[in-house]
Amino acid sequence: MDITLPLLILVIPLFMFLLLGLTGMKMSHKLAGTLGTLGMGTVLVLSYITAFTYFFSGAPEFISQAGDRLQLTVFNVTWLQFSESLVIKLGFLLDPISAMMLIVIPTISFMVHLYSLGYMRDHHGVYEHGFQRFYAFLSLFSFSMLGLVVATNIFQMYIFWELVGASSYLLIGFYYKKPSAVSASKKAFIVTRFADLGFLIGILVLSYYTGTFDFMALTSAPVDGIANVSQVSITTAEGIRNIFETSAAPMFMGASVLTWALVLIFMGGMGKSAMMPLHIWLPDAMEGPTPVSALIHAATMVVAGVYLVARLFPLYLMQEAALDIIVVVGALTAFYAAMVACTQVDIKRVLAFSTISQIAFMMVSLGVARPEFHHGVGYMAGMFHLFTHAMFKALLFLCAGALIHAIGSNDYTAMHGLRKYMPITHITFLIGCLAIAGIIPFAGFFSKDEILTACFGNSTVWYIWMSVVAGLTAFYMFRLYYLIFWWKEHKVHNPEHAPHDQPWTMTLPLVLLAAVSCVAGFVPFGTLVTWNGEPMYAYEGFLTNLKHLDWSVASISLAVAVVAIIIATVMYKKENPLPAKMKNALPALWDWCYHRFYWDELYQFITHKIIFGCISRPIAWFDRHIIDGTMDGLAAVTNKASVAIKGLQSGKVQMYVWFYLAGALLLGAITAICLM
Amino acid sequence: MDISVIYYLVPSLIMFCCGVYGFVTRKNMIAMLISLELMLNSVDINFVVFNRYLFPGQLEGMFFTLFAIAIAAAETALAIAIIINIFRASKNIDVTDITKMKF
Amino acid sequence: MESVGSIIMYVVIALSIIVFSVLTVTTRKILRSATYLLFTLFATAALYFKLDYEFLGAVQIAVYAGGIVVLFVFSILLTSHPGHSSEKLVSRKRFLGLALAVATLVVAGYALISRCSVMFASLPEMENPDMKLIGETLMGTGDGQYLLPFEAISVLLLACIIGGVVIARKR
Repeated sequence: MDITLPLLILVIPLFMFLLLGLTGMKMSHKLAGTLGTLGMGTVLVLSYITAFTYFFSGAPEFISQAGDRLQLTVFNVTWLQFSESLVIKLGFLLDPISAMMLIVIPTISFMVHLYSLGYMRDHHGVYEHGFQRFYAFLSLFSFSMLGLVVATNIFQMYIFWELVGASSYLLIGFYYKKPSAVSASKKAFIVTRFADLGFLIGILVLSYYTGTFDFMALTSAPVDGIANVSQVSITTAEGIRNIFETSAAPMFMGASVLTWALVLIFMGGMGKSAMMPLHIWLPDAMEGPTPVSALIHAATMVVAGVYLVARLFPLYLMQEAALDIIVVVGALTAFYAAMVACTQVDIKRVLAFSTISQIAFMMVSLGVARPEFHHGVGYMAGMFHLFTHAMFKALLFLCAGALIHAIGSNDYTAMHGLRKYMPITHITFLIGCLAIAGIIPFAGFFSKDEILTACFGNSTVWYIWMSVVAGLTAFYMFRLYYLIFWWKEHKVHNPEHAPHDQPWTMTLPLVLLAAVSCVAGFVPFGTLVTWNGEPMYAYEGFLTNLKHLDWSVASISLAVAVVAIIIATVMYKKENPLPAKMKNALPALWDWCYHRFYWDELYQFITHKIIFGCISRPIAWFDRHIIDGTMDGLAAVTNKASVAIKGLQSGKVQMYVWFYLAGALLLGAITAICLM
Repeated sequence: MDISVIYYLVPSLIMFCCGVYGFVTRKNMIAMLISLELMLNSVDINFVVFNRYLFPGQLEGMFFTLFAIAIAAAETALAIAIIINIFRASKNIDVTDITKMKF
Repeated sequence: MESVGSIIMYVVIALSIIVFSVLTVTTRKILRSATYLLFTLFATAALYFKLDYEFLGAVQIAVYAGGIVVLFVFSILLTSHPGHSSEKLVSRKRFLGLALAVATLVVAGYALISRCSVMFASLPEMENPDMKLIGETLMGTGDGQYLLPFEAISVLLLACIIGGVVIARKR
């Protein structure tokens, strides 16, 4: 494959970042926004061409004769060579999941670029302060995220991983004059950095024992005959397990070093993907502009953790303990976030917790995937859900942005009954809710159903658990929907200032994403994205997915969703005392959910009381009193001494001469006496 | 009676001591400069005398003295320029009044 | 063995050096002080002549007596009022100066007496260095020749002239 297109996909956003970042302030707002959007549009086209070429061209470098999808290293250049074995390369890896991400990221990013043209200005059309900076950061983020998904080795992934973290930090803190935004950006940065510490240690442990960073060497075996092409293979991973099981790699605290490495790498993913207990930064990250929340904190960056696990999936398969940890963490997080989402008032917070819950779904899906069961359906389902979730969650966030833009508040209590005023937003939001709730035929139904199938194949407990979470998802989404668009209506005093739909730059992305959410479920993922590239079933036209549905699971999950929606309808469609009654029935539960199970307070306690109080304060005291004290003491002594003896510098030249000569004579006299 | 080297060195030493006395006691800066010339001169004498007695065929001491005279001339000229400038500023050339250059 | 004339010559020179030096620093009139300095310098020049360094003696008279002392006299006339004698010395300061001078005398004198009194008793024979030799030594670049210091000093003098002009110039 020609390297021009892949190279351009990475270079254009980087170039746009540099261009807008360096000269944006000299441009008009409109020009900067248009340039950024056009750049992203170009990337969108190029990525689509690349991804579609990969999936559908049928060239021998992409698909083997047996029909397995292969991995292709388009280019892989040496970037830093520290020693013979320690080489850091930058490259472009094309395989089912990276090709899928090449569709997801530019799509969402382009929608957000377009949407922000309308969103980042007020009702009078005045652009926000730092509009050009916003577009520069968006380009930086797109570049970093694309670099992350096409990474050929784990170190390149780590570099871009940090870059997406940095751009996320910059964009959360975009309103840097708002103290809450500043502290939210710092929180996101520090929490993910803490997680990345684990990631880095995991990388180092893994590469220390395997001697490579390369994904190909870690998980894939080269295919004969075609250069740079390889196939995901469990045998390569077996070789790595053998390395770790020799005596050279010791056990550590009861688990093999490979398990530790994988768990530590997963810790990086936990931080980025907001898994409990490192989830606390994501709800606060909603302080950033809403398009940013849609792009980074719903659709792309937060799924990087899922992507990481998927990328190293054959290694995880070798250590089922690590996969079990992923399942437990994911399941707990999914349930926790769904519970919390049922009580939040801020619509973006609800969506944020919903995101956490859905990402946890993907994690669980990866965790329960086993090749023995339906060709590893969990892996496919996780990726499928990543794809569909990106679409409908971005849609929901962009709808939320439109609402916030119209109302000027994040609070649903300020909204109520908006369906008449904002019909487009209403319909698209409803489609998003149906998709996430898992109603056939919307996107979420198919992916969620596959996840539940995978859970069912692994263990009934997880199946029931995840079904409950799926029901909760439908409930809280429709609670939100009814509270925004139905419930009691606010009186509009001035019809001219009534909430209304937004300009075309904002509605067009909504409509497009809603359309995608309607049909994305029919994408035959089972033939496109599987853990080893081998299709799970043959492509049988548009309804392939429907035909391969496990209807016993699907009908149950559909029933659960419908019941949850009915409950939500009863409780929230019209103003009624039911919610208050339920709240009063279980006040403790409600309190805990409302306060997010006091995680933030727990962290506050740990960091402030324990770390600051018991560790940092004594160290600070030591620094201030012992180290600074020594230095200050030296300075003070020098100062005092010089003040004391400065009287000798009288300015009387003759006395200087007198003392000098007297001293010289004294020396002479002593010399004379000694020589006597 | 032979005139040994010490017969030349003792007057030179006395001249030097006079220079020291004058430099430390006189207030007038030109007088101090004159004392300085005395000291320099006595050192010149020492160079010449040692050259004459120890290395009679050579010229090192003599040339050293020659250069010292030149430098003394330069130094005097510059010092007098400074003194005249100070005089212009303060109508006075007493060294006891020039004590600003301290600390 | 020196001739009697030579000894008398020596005595005269030594006495005038001592006497005029003392007078230079003890007289209270600054102009007189400069005059006594002139005499001291003349006596030094005579000493150089006696030691057969005629060129050096000539330079001493020309530069010191002719140049520097004239400079002194001019500056004295510029900076002090005629007939004005310096105020009486403070006795404490005088004592300090005297003590230092005497201490110098004692220490250096002791060193002289103990080390040099018996050495180099007689004046060795020497040809009076002729002008050709002096000129070649001054202008030569070989071993024991002094072109570089000569040039350095010429630059120094130039710097000194400029410095003097800059410092003394009226603003």
